[in-house]
Amino acid sequence: MFRWSHLVIYICVQMQFMLLFSRQGKLRLQKWYVPLCDKEKKKITRELLQTVLARKPKMCSFLEWRDLKVVYKRYASLYFCCAIENQDNELITLEIIHRYVELLDKYFGSVCELDIIFNFEKAYFILDEFLLGGEAQETSKKNVLKAIEQADLLQEIVLETVSQIY
Amino acid sequence: PLLRELIRTIRTARTQAEEREMIQKECAAIRSSFREEDNTYRCRNVAKLLYMHMLGYPAHFGQLECLKLIASQKFTDKRIGYLGAMLLLDERQDVHLLMTNCIKNDLNHSTQYVQGLALCTLGCMGSSEMCRDLAGEVEKLLKTSNSYLRKKAALCAVHVIRKVPELMEMFLPATKNLLSEKNHGVLHTSVVLLTEMCERSPDMLSHFRKLVPQLVRILKNLIMSGYSPEHDVSGISDPFLQVRILRLLRILGRSDDDSSEAMNDILAQVATNTETSKNVGNAILYETVLTIMDIKSESGLRVLAINILGRFLLNNDKNIRYVALTSLLKTVQTDHNAVQRHRSTIVDCLKDLDVSIKRRAMELSFALVNGNNIRGMMKELLYFLDSCDPEFKADCASGVFLAFTLKTIWLCPLCHFSFLQAGSYVRDDSVPNLIQLITNSVEMHAYTVQRLYKALLDDISQQPLVQVASWCIGEYGDLLVSGQCEEEEPIQVTEDEVLDVLEGLLVSNLSTPVTRGYSLTAIMKLSTRFSSVNRIKKVVSIYGSSIDVELQQRAVERIMKISLIDVALPLPGGPAPAPAPSVPTSQPTFLLDGISSQPLFNDIAAAGENLFDSLCLLSFLFQVNGANIFEWFILFYSTGIPPMTAYNKNGLKIDFTFERANPNPNIAVITIHASNSTEADMTDFVFQAAVPKTFQLQLLSPSSNVVPALNQGTVTQVIRVLNPQKQQLRMRVKLTYTHKGSAFQDLSEVNNFPPQSWQ
Repeated sequence: MFRWSHLVIYICVQMQFMLLFSRQGKLRLQKWYVPLCDKEKKKITRELLQTVLARKPKMCSFLEWRDLKVVYKRYASLYFCCAIENQDNELITLEIIHRYVELLDKYFGSVCELDIIFNFEKAYFILDEFLLGGEAQETSKKNVLKAIEQADLLQEIVLETVSQIY
Repeated sequence: PLLRELIRTIRTARTQAEEREMIQKECAAIRSSFREEDNTYRCRNVAKLLYMHMLGYPAHFGQLECLKLIASQKFTDKRIGYLGAMLLLDERQDVHLLMTNCIKNDLNHSTQYVQGLALCTLGCMGSSEMCRDLAGEVEKLLKTSNSYLRKKAALCAVHVIRKVPELMEMFLPATKNLLSEKNHGVLHTSVVLLTEMCERSPDMLSHFRKLVPQLVRILKNLIMSGYSPEHDVSGISDPFLQVRILRLLRILGRSDDDSSEAMNDILAQVATNTETSKNVGNAILYETVLTIMDIKSESGLRVLAINILGRFLLNNDKNIRYVALTSLLKTVQTDHNAVQRHRSTIVDCLKDLDVSIKRRAMELSFALVNGNNIRGMMKELLYFLDSCDPEFKADCASGVFLAFTLKTIWLCPLCHFSFLQAGSYVRDDSVPNLIQLITNSVEMHAYTVQRLYKALLDDISQQPLVQVASWCIGEYGDLLVSGQCEEEEPIQVTEDEVLDVLEGLLVSNLSTPVTRGYSLTAIMKLSTRFSSVNRIKKVVSIYGSSIDVELQQRAVERIMKISLIDVALPLPGGPAPAPAPSVPTSQPTFLLDGISSQPLFNDIAAAGENLFDSLCLLSFLFQVNGANIFEWFILFYSTGIPPMTAYNKNGLKIDFTFERANPNPNIAVITIHASNSTEADMTDFVFQAAVPKTFQLQLLSPSSNVVPALNQGTVTQVIRVLNPQKQQLRMRVKLTYTHKGSAFQDLSEVNNFPPQSWQ
């Protein structure tokens, strides 16, 4: 009937979500690693965007928000924002964000916001080759890009008889 | 139109209305295309829908289409279909279960990239039912030699375990050779999987302790190996893997001496050899520090760790300063002296522009207050309180109170009065409140009157203080002259000396009429306690006929009222307050008179100032009835959920306070506060909780595992309870601790949760 929490001490360290948004507050990518309904997601997005956009440039990259920690970094016109749990290592999360940006940069060749807007599905595919369930699945840049390349190729092969979708 | 064409078109819209119109038009076209069951364009249409969804428009009518795409044989379709599923479906909808079969098939697909899609989707959004159904497939893939799939399967397994903890056992065999892998991706995800298993099960933890040498070797290779272009980040080899290994080592080394010893060298090596010029190096150092502080490391290593944090505090990078403060906060209890060395740097951080840094510096400052530094710290903290943002004021006031009552009273007899130099903060109506609290704390009367008497000898300019002191002397003057104080050296004072002081107040031109009223009344009361009745009669007759009769009258009446007011502070779980003698009154007696019962944040901000007044006066007091009233008070008013006592036996009391976790309203966050009223510390204190099956529980790290004796501190720990079915919360708690050399264990049921905590 009762299930004992076997844990005496439990460090809960999951990345809950990652959001990409522009300085004008337009959402460019949203990856949720926890189950929430649309309404909740919208509310969180709206509030968090406001909070992050209100931050002054000299402030640190971390803020406490509700019961989470938010790690964010601005790259040109895009904010990359991750919500992690309180026991997680914020500094390595910054590295995760940076790695993702590097992957996008390599893939698109000097990536800019427009690339992400017009090729949002590719941005997701790349993210999904790098992180799974909020954790890094591959720590080698080369391997992530190779996998994406192969998958893209697969798309092309299958499409040889069908007209260009994109 | 093609996807990119659509995006371009929509972006040309100049107004929201124009955009909406375009979207509606496109959606209508897409809907009819879906109705026609057109396979060719389905993929493109769903992609368009996903774009529009990101702009904020509804896209639920595309959910089933995603399923059809997933079921398609075309890779392009599957790619978009799975993406759509992850974006549009969530586990609350039954529709998502229809994916299960597709995913199952795709997990066995001949193309690894299709298998990858399936694993990714399952690992991101798989519901408990899906996880149950597909766990077997994931387990199979965890054993494959294909590293591309193996790494994904490992993380998918993590998700399965999080959703359905009972399934953890079935993954155990597959973990056998995970760390022998050369592939970093597999290594990294394997370490994540092992970490999850060890954290969830003490048996798994013991089982995996044998991996410590292997983990140490892998970490050593990473540090010692030369440049590896594939995994290099600013001269560091695979920082992600290093950090995860350090974290796993932490969990394995915690509470195990042998494991801790086995990792001692590598930790020292990482701590001294890691390049600190970039964030990535500091990220590793940070994790190393966390590990060192958590395991049973030798003192040299701990000092090394704190010094790293000390250097972090001086780093130009704000982020580094932030994590330093966070970590120091965690270690300040156990390594107090080491952290004290960095006090001035920490206090400097109070002036930082960044709110998060300020907050941490504030909390750390409270923790560092002690008898030696209190005057200086007080100045800084008061200045901070004065100038800080409203969001801080209540917390700061509360923290100031706690810091002083918990530290100074027991440690430093005379240091609190510099605090009272902030006289401008104190308002008159704080006095009756304080008097009530003093009345309530029966066992502290002798101590209080002695302290207050000494205060009067020092300084009679602070009127509220003088008033309270007078009142106390009037009430407990007998305790004063008989030298009953146990907590500190009882002073030798005669009745005449006491009366001298009180009379001095009557004549002093520093005293307001109200103060004179208090001191006169005190003198009158002493006629029943002292033997020098004649002297008292003389004084009263002189001043009793003073011109200021009306003021005197009022003062006296007020004092009489105070003595009769029913003390009704909310002290759940504490002993019942002393009953009022006769006249009941409807006057509210909460410290924050006039604060409505509807908790609103505005009230807290406003209350912050009022609260601070009371806190100023209370600073030279103590915990009342062993409870941190103000902590509870503020929490109570901010959530409206009253705190409760969950356990109270053999001197161990455990109180629960509640907050709502955001963003998920189904999660209640409970903080336990364990206090110990016996005269010996309770060490190796461990709190465990169990809940019925429909709930899920998470316990975070406790603040310490020593509950100090005589209510000198509390151990806090956070519990998160997921209660999606909003059922009545019930809990069983198991407590173990060592007391006076013997081991204690107790099991108890907690059933008195306030309804607001689970509704």
